[in-house]
Amino acid sequence: MNILVCVKQVPDTTEIKIDPVKNTLIRDGVPAIVNTFDAYALEAAARIKDKNPNTHIVVVSMGPQNAINALKECLAIAADKAYLVSGRKFGGSDTLATSYILENAMRKIEELEGCKFDAVFCGKQAIDGDTAQVGPELAEHLGYPQITCALECEEKDGRFEVIKEGEELNMLIGIQAPCVITFTKPGFDPRYPSIKRKMAANRAEVPILDESAFPDIDLTRIGLSGSPTAVKKTFVPQQMQDGMIIDEGTARTSTVKLAQILSDKKVI
Amino acid sequence: MEAKTKDLWVFIETKDDGSAKNGGIELLNPGRGLADKQEGRLVAVVIGSNVGRAVEEAAQQDADEILVIDGAEYSPYTTDAYVDAMYHLIEKYGPTTLMIAATLNGRDMGPRLACRLKTGLTADCTNIDIDENTGDIAWTRPAFGGNLMATILCSNTRPQMGTVRPGVYKKAVAVTPHAEIKKEAFHVEPGKIRTELIKVIKNVTEEIVNLEGAEIIVSGGRGVKGPDGFELIKALADALDGTVGASRAAVDSGWIGHAHQVGQTGKTVAPKLYIACGISGAIQHRAGMSGSACIVAINKDPKAPIFGVAHYGIVGDLFEVLPILTEEVEKLRA
Repeated sequence: MNILVCVKQVPDTTEIKIDPVKNTLIRDGVPAIVNTFDAYALEAAARIKDKNPNTHIVVVSMGPQNAINALKECLAIAADKAYLVSGRKFGGSDTLATSYILENAMRKIEELEGCKFDAVFCGKQAIDGDTAQVGPELAEHLGYPQITCALECEEKDGRFEVIKEGEELNMLIGIQAPCVITFTKPGFDPRYPSIKRKMAANRAEVPILDESAFPDIDLTRIGLSGSPTAVKKTFVPQQMQDGMIIDEGTARTSTVKLAQILSDKKVI
Repeated sequence: MEAKTKDLWVFIETKDDGSAKNGGIELLNPGRGLADKQEGRLVAVVIGSNVGRAVEEAAQQDADEILVIDGAEYSPYTTDAYVDAMYHLIEKYGPTTLMIAATLNGRDMGPRLACRLKTGLTADCTNIDIDENTGDIAWTRPAFGGNLMATILCSNTRPQMGTVRPGVYKKAVAVTPHAEIKKEAFHVEPGKIRTELIKVIKNVTEEIVNLEGAEIIVSGGRGVKGPDGFELIKALADALDGTVGASRAAVDSGWIGHAHQVGQTGKTVAPKLYIACGISGAIQHRAGMSGSACIVAINKDPKAPIFGVAHYGIVGDLFEVLPILTEEVEKLRA
């Protein structure tokens, strides 16, 4: 069993603050982390390997050179091999262009590793962009079936059985291999790396695939100019200002007043 | 793909009983105005099995035309069948715009379809308008956990596509139907559907929480400080016959199950009354609840952003305020 896990290095969005004067994002000093949902995808692959130790887990990330840190973390946790896809011509790609590059990367990695991937695991979305598009778009480029928002995944007789999150009830779905599965937050925490694995990961070589690794890639379909969508503007959301703070002196009097207002307005 | 018409399409997702999910129906409301501005027709695309009710609902929302694909293979939803069906329709009729509700299935189908059409898709929009300069749709969506909003255009490929968060737009008042109903015989061979629903799972570890349908929600955040603090939230929710919600911080801390989460990575809600307790109100949370009719915030920090969307606020300690509020509510409702 061979599994490719796609990961993205992202700023920890819970640490992002707004500059109250300039009304812009403060990105400096925000720690970079492995996208939370991608960590769940890696954990799902690791659980398959727990049952079947012959499983080969490869992680791939597209991003700047320092995304090697995220890949090394994945190596420390569970991955056997990591590749970074990084090149100037890839910058500015939207999800369609990114998924096209990842399709090419997957085929290249299959060639380099001398294997065929039975499944591609992704996080359901990255916490910085929140589009949830790269996984299904990659599945379409590859022509593979897909399941999004998986919680757990098991290999069974050459196919996968996946627990998929539903709006009300979850579903158990069978899917043919090879396939693309995107993962959401499961009911368990991903494992931590051991010291031994951490040290090995620090020493590991992470090959970088740049433009030259893909001589046949269609340059009109990548980067800023190859992306169908373009960001016209960004802005920090405005707050509304017509709220009323109830302050009657003490917690009790204020709370009683609040209850009275809600009752008068027939809200309760 | 080139657009063959100036029409704006709204995908209407259907339930197992053949009725429409709200998300799609709601989009016909803003869709009406946008279609007029684009000088095209408003087309509802209904796919499912025995979808008579959904067609009726769409007709009452002022659609000019309803395209219907009806077949047993479209229930339950599968990526393969729906993408094939939508691709067939778009290739045949060439709309200029396609809007899809950002439900789990909408966000599963949308990107795959956009990729097959080699066009752009903007995910999970919270506002849709027309860009004055280009006449393209201006899709506005949150990014960076909602800390930043981005307006996105798809100028060179058609259809321009977006998924729109359910609950952002409200259904319009029903009109006398005037839509032309066009049935399309398109079937997907069973062999082309590569996933199989084995069973629906009753989740034993997490209860079913119907936040979307709740009239009153009492939510707790980081300020609740632990599972014990949620007992106070539950007590107030019980007194109000309401449902317990939570911020991502509280869920990630393991104080309460993910099924309770309101916000960007949880549920989008729009109840009659939303009481946010100890929730600072990062925009990713606000984006999930700011459509509520009445919002009450209880927080120690007077500068907490939650007060920016609250109709009523108390700056105070929730451990002090909540028991009093519960007591008062019980008195008033007795």
